[in-house]
Amino acid sequence: MIEIESVSKLYDGRPVVDDVSMVVEPRSIAVIVGTSGSGKTTLLRMINRLVEGDAGAIRLDGADNRSIAGYELRRRIGYAIQGHGLFPHKTVADNIATVPTLLGWDRPRVNDKVRELLSLFQLDPDVFGTRYPHELSGGEQQRVGVARALAAEPNVLLMDEPFGALDPIIRAKAQEDLLAIQKHFSTTIILVTHDMEEAFRLADKIAVMDGGRLLQYGRPDELIRQPATPFVEALIGASERPFRILSLKTVGEAVEPGGADGPPLPEQTSQKDALAQMMWTGRHAMPVVTAEGNPIGRVTLDGLMKRAEA
Amino acid sequence: MFDGSLNGKLTASGELRWGRHLTFRPDKLGVAIALLAVYGALSPFATMRANRIVRGESLGMLSALPTWAGWLLAFTVLGAASVALSRSPAVARFLAAALALAMLIVCVGLSGTFLAPADNAYARISPASGFWLLLFTFSLLATDSITRMRPSPVLRLVYLATAVGLVYLTLVSGIWDGLSVMKEYSARADVFWTEASRHLALALGSLFAAMLAGLPLGVLCERVPALRAGVLNTLNLIQTIPSIALFGILIGPLGWVAVNVPGASAIGIRGIGMAPAFVALFLYSLLPVVANTVAGLNGVPGATREAARGIGMTSAQRLFRVELPLALPVILTGIRIVLVQNIGLATIAALIGGGGFGTFVFQGLGQTATDLVLLGALPTVALAFVSAVILDALIEMNRTVAVNKRAA
Ligand SMILES: Nc1ncnc2c1ncn2[C@@H]1O[C@H](COP(=O)(O)OP(=O)(O)OP(=O)(O)O)[C@@H](O)[C@H]1O
Ligand SMILES: [Mg+2]
Repeated sequence: MIEIESVSKLYDGRPVVDDVSMVVEPRSIAVIVGTSGSGKTTLLRMINRLVEGDAGAIRLDGADNRSIAGYELRRRIGYAIQGHGLFPHKTVADNIATVPTLLGWDRPRVNDKVRELLSLFQLDPDVFGTRYPHELSGGEQQRVGVARALAAEPNVLLMDEPFGALDPIIRAKAQEDLLAIQKHFSTTIILVTHDMEEAFRLADKIAVMDGGRLLQYGRPDELIRQPATPFVEALIGASERPFRILSLKTVGEAVEPGGADGPPLPEQTSQKDALAQMMWTGRHAMPVVTAEGNPIGRVTLDGLMKRAEA
Repeated sequence: MFDGSLNGKLTASGELRWGRHLTFRPDKLGVAIALLAVYGALSPFATMRANRIVRGESLGMLSALPTWAGWLLAFTVLGAASVALSRSPAVARFLAAALALAMLIVCVGLSGTFLAPADNAYARISPASGFWLLLFTFSLLATDSITRMRPSPVLRLVYLATAVGLVYLTLVSGIWDGLSVMKEYSARADVFWTEASRHLALALGSLFAAMLAGLPLGVLCERVPALRAGVLNTLNLIQTIPSIALFGILIGPLGWVAVNVPGASAIGIRGIGMAPAFVALFLYSLLPVVANTVAGLNGVPGATREAARGIGMTSAQRLFRVELPLALPVILTGIRIVLVQNIGLATIAALIGGGGFGTFVFQGLGQTATDLVLLGALPTVALAFVSAVILDALIEMNRTVAVNKRAA
C-alpha cells in the first residue's frame, strides 16, 4: 500500500506538486494523467525520493519512505522511464541483473531471475541475454527496461510514460504484458501517461492532475459518471463518454435472450468492441458465447446504444 | 522474335564490357602517389661525404647502387606506383607498397656498403631526399590500403607488431651498418639507451601524473559547473605558453624548492634537468585529460544517468559502473593526444638538461651533423607513431566493445 499524505514540492517558491493526498491499494494499478507540466513526474519521483518533498509524507506499507537511505529505497522500488534508460555498455542480461547484483544476490539466483523475466516478456533468454541494447527494437528495449525494474521483485513499480515511444500496436501488446505481469507478481503499480486510452485500459484508479493539484482520484467509471471539475470532464473527453462507459463493461452484462447470425462474441468482449463490430459489419445483433463456446444469447445494436445513453 | 531479343541482349552486354575495358579511371590518391614516386626516383638516393660534417655528393638511384640493384629498385618503384595508379584491390596495393618498402630498406643499406671507399673509414653515407620521399610515399600507400581493408583493431595491432618486428630484424641483421646513422649509433650505443629510457620516463611519467591528477579534476569539474570554466581556462592558458618559455618560468620556482624544501633536491628536484621538463609536460598534459574527461562524462545520455539513479546506485557506483565506462572512449582520445604530444615535446627537454632523444637532435644541430639529428629524430617519430596506432586501436575496441563481444 502506498499512502501519499499532503505532499508538496516547490521549485523557486512555486508549488509544482501542491498538497496531494492519495492512497494506492496493494496489488492495484493507479494511473496519473494530466496536462504537460502538471507535476505528474515530480509526484512519481517523490515516491522513490529522486525528488525530496518540501511538505507531507509518503508511506510504503506503513513505513515512511525517509526512514532509509534514498539509494536503498530505490533498490526496493521498481522504476521504468520513457526511453528505457538501459545501460548501453552492458548486455541485456547484465542490465536486468543490475539491481539484484547491487542487493548482493548470489550469481545462480541472479541468472535464474534474468531468465525468468526474459521468458515472461517473451524474449528468448539465449538469444536476447547476450545482446546489447542497441541491437534491440524499440519495443524490445522497452520490455527489457520494465524487466530490469522488476528484477529485484519490488512490491511497488513506478512507471513514467513507459510506452510513450511505442507505436499503437506494440503499445497495446506491451499494456497486455504489463497486466499479465502485474497479476503474476502482485505488484502495486503507479503509472504516468498522456494517453487516456491507456489510462482506462490499465487503471484500477485514475488520478487527474492539473497545475500541481490532484483534481480527482477514483475508479474509471466514477470519473466518467461524476467528473469532479469541468477540466476532468474535458480531459476524459465529453464526446467520447458513452463509449468509455461501454469499454468498461462486457457483452456478458448486456446479453439478451434469443439468437443471431454472424460470428459469436465471447462474453468477455467489451461492449464498446461489440458495438464497433456491429457498426462496421452492418449487423443489428450478434450471438454471445461463454469462454467454453456455449451460446448464452445475443447482444443487439439498440440495446447497446441504450446503455451508452444511460 | 525470340532470336532478335536474345541478340540484342548479347550485344548490349558486349558493348558494356568493351566500355569498361576502354575507360581508364585512375585512383585519386594513386595519381599523387605515382607522381611522388617518380619524383622520388629521380631525386638523389644517397649522399656520400668524406667525413661526418663536410658537405657531401648526392647520388641518384642508379649510381648509388650496384647496377642490378639500381635497376631492380627502379622497376619495383615504378611497378608499385602503377599498381597505386590503377583501381586495384586493396590487398594488391598493400603488397605493392610492402614490396617497395622492403626493397627501399634493403637497397639503402646496400648503398652504404657499395659506396663506402675502402681507404676512408671516416666516409659517411646517408639516405638522401629521394629515399625519404619514396619511404614516405609507399608508407602512405601502405596505410591507405590497410585503411581500405578495414581491419579490426586487433588485426591492426598485429600489423603494427609485424612492422616493428621487421624493423628490429633489419636493425640487428646489420644490413644498415654501412649507413651513417648506424655509425652514429654504434659510436654511442650506451648513451642512446640511457637517453631512450629518459625520454620514455619523461613522456610516460608525465602522462601518468597527468592522469592521476586530471581524471579526478575532470570528474570534479563535471560535477561542479562553477569550477569548470575557471579550471579549463587556466589550463588553456598554460597550453598557449611556448614550451621553452615554460621551462624558463619553472627554473625559478623549482630552484627555490630545491634549496628551501628539505629532501627536494635528494629526489632530483632542481631548477634545470628532468624536474622542470617533467613539470612542464605534466602541465601541458592536464588540459586534454581534464577537458576530455568533462566532455566524455557530459556525453553520457540523460536517460542513462536518470536510470542509474532511479535504480538505486550510489553516486560512486554511478561514476564507476556507468559514467566512466561510457566516457572511456573520449577520455582515451585525450590520453592519445597527450601521449603523442609528450613524446614529441620531450625532445625539447634536452635544452634544459632533461635528457631524452632531444640530446642527439641538439648536439647534431650544434655540430651540423645531420646523422646525429636523425639518431634523435627517427626514434621519436617511430615512438609517436607506434603509440598513436596502439591507442587508436584501444579507443576503437572500447567503442565497438558491444558489437565485437557479440560477434566473438
Ligand atoms: N528540477 C526542476 N527545477 C525547476 N523546475 C522544475 C524542475 N523539475 C520540474 N520542474 C517544473 O515543474 C513542473 C512540473 O514538472 P513535471 O516534470 O512534474 O511535469 P509532468 O506533469 O511530468 O509533465 P510532462 O507531462 O510534460 O512530463 C514543470 O513546470 C517543470 O518545469
Ligand atoms: Mg513527465
